[in-house]
Amino acid sequence: MALPQKESTPIFSDATAGTLRLIAYLALAAVLMVLDHRNGWLHRARYATAAAIVPIYKLAAAPADWIHEAGTAFAQRGKLIDENRQLREALLLAQARLNRMDAVAHQNERLKQLLDTQQLLGMHAQLARLIDVQLGPTRDRVMLNVGADEGVHVGQAVIDSHGVMGQVVEILPHASVAMLVIDPDHAVPVTIARTGLRGIAHGTGDTGQLLVPNLPLSSDVEVGDQLMTSGLGGRFPAGFPVGTVTQLKRDASGMFMEALVKPAAELERSGEVLLLRDQPDPIGPPAPAPEVGPPASLAPTARAPSRGKPGAPAGAAR
Amino acid sequence: MNRVRAQGWAFWVGIALSLLLMLIPLPTVIQPLKPYWPALVLVYWSLEATDRVSVGLAFGVGLAADLLNGALLGDQALRLAVLVFIVLRFRSRLRFFPMWQQALAVWLLLLNNHVLQALIRAFAGDAPMPALSWLEPAVGAALWPFAFLLLDDVNTRLRGKGARAT
Repeated sequence: MALPQKESTPIFSDATAGTLRLIAYLALAAVLMVLDHRNGWLHRARYATAAAIVPIYKLAAAPADWIHEAGTAFAQRGKLIDENRQLREALLLAQARLNRMDAVAHQNERLKQLLDTQQLLGMHAQLARLIDVQLGPTRDRVMLNVGADEGVHVGQAVIDSHGVMGQVVEILPHASVAMLVIDPDHAVPVTIARTGLRGIAHGTGDTGQLLVPNLPLSSDVEVGDQLMTSGLGGRFPAGFPVGTVTQLKRDASGMFMEALVKPAAELERSGEVLLLRDQPDPIGPPAPAPEVGPPASLAPTARAPSRGKPGAPAGAAR
Repeated sequence: MNRVRAQGWAFWVGIALSLLLMLIPLPTVIQPLKPYWPALVLVYWSLEATDRVSVGLAFGVGLAADLLNGALLGDQALRLAVLVFIVLRFRSRLRFFPMWQQALAVWLLLLNNHVLQALIRAFAGDAPMPALSWLEPAVGAALWPFAFLLLDDVNTRLRGKGARAT
């Protein structure tokens, strides 16, 4: 910082002291950054001061809300009627679909009871509203209005009505921060619905695009294929739509193919999201399959021991 | 006395507003172009009221900004401290520049700030900044004359009012 001193500073040592002070502050900042990078102080500090910070976010987001409200207030009547009609149609369609789903769910339940599998898929979800988007200049994150006091914890999957949106990465007492699937730091294990091919969808930082790299050149992937969560890795439950393949190309090395994917969730539009309460199955071997077949009481008594030791009769036959 | 107090109010309100402006969500397309308001406000006050702004104050404002939306605690504190240090060092020249030259200087300051940010991000292992964000210093410099005139107007009025009151 030895800058040429052309203007006559009254006391030379004043400038030197200023430079020293700057160096001290720079060193302090560097130490803070390293410690924060290691220990995550920033998150803890935010947690502690959440009561003051969350209102500031709400205040900052207020002008956008006002503009939206003003737009609604001054929208033309015809447009509103049109929108009303469209929404009615959409509602009818949704109702019809819901009824059908209801029927299917009932049928499913009956079939499951018939098969004597007691475990029903109990997915508990919690509704959350978006408070703020884009918390940093280059990060694709959203802030939700539920937090630790409402039972949210880190790692919960966030979905909207169309597909997977992301996952919770930070919690505050009454708010939480979710990382979207398009964040460059995010990756989600996927499988192609048509062929079952597995892959990992990375965020690109670009809204409306995910990247599935390292697909073998010979693999059966087509533009338009649907991607679902595979449930591997234990973060996201299996079977939620992730996106649609829009483009296939060779990667830089030419040895693999990569697929560009359009996310299924409406990341730009969703105002309300669902937080999945139940974590998917933990990593590890699955539970033993339930016994199928006739009840044990009906089994012929003579053959009962041979079922217990399958190796013995095979040896006897040889 | 009253004058000083009025100016103090303007100073702190200006800083608070700049932090708030920094948080305002914008449409995704122009989000990377959002100017770095705290830097502009700090540059103005270090040109106009050198007794109020010091490197330490810039550091404090930076810490507050980090707490609000930083990726790393100390990142903006470091950048603002460097920025204010440079402005204070060249204050006597910057003050008497014509406006376009001053805007050019602000552009260089913001560009330096941006380079520092990119370096810090690289060291922390974060994803690189979007290419569009390199236009952000130019947007800040283009807005500088307006920000300067607005702040200067508020400052002069308060000073006038305070002087009349005493």
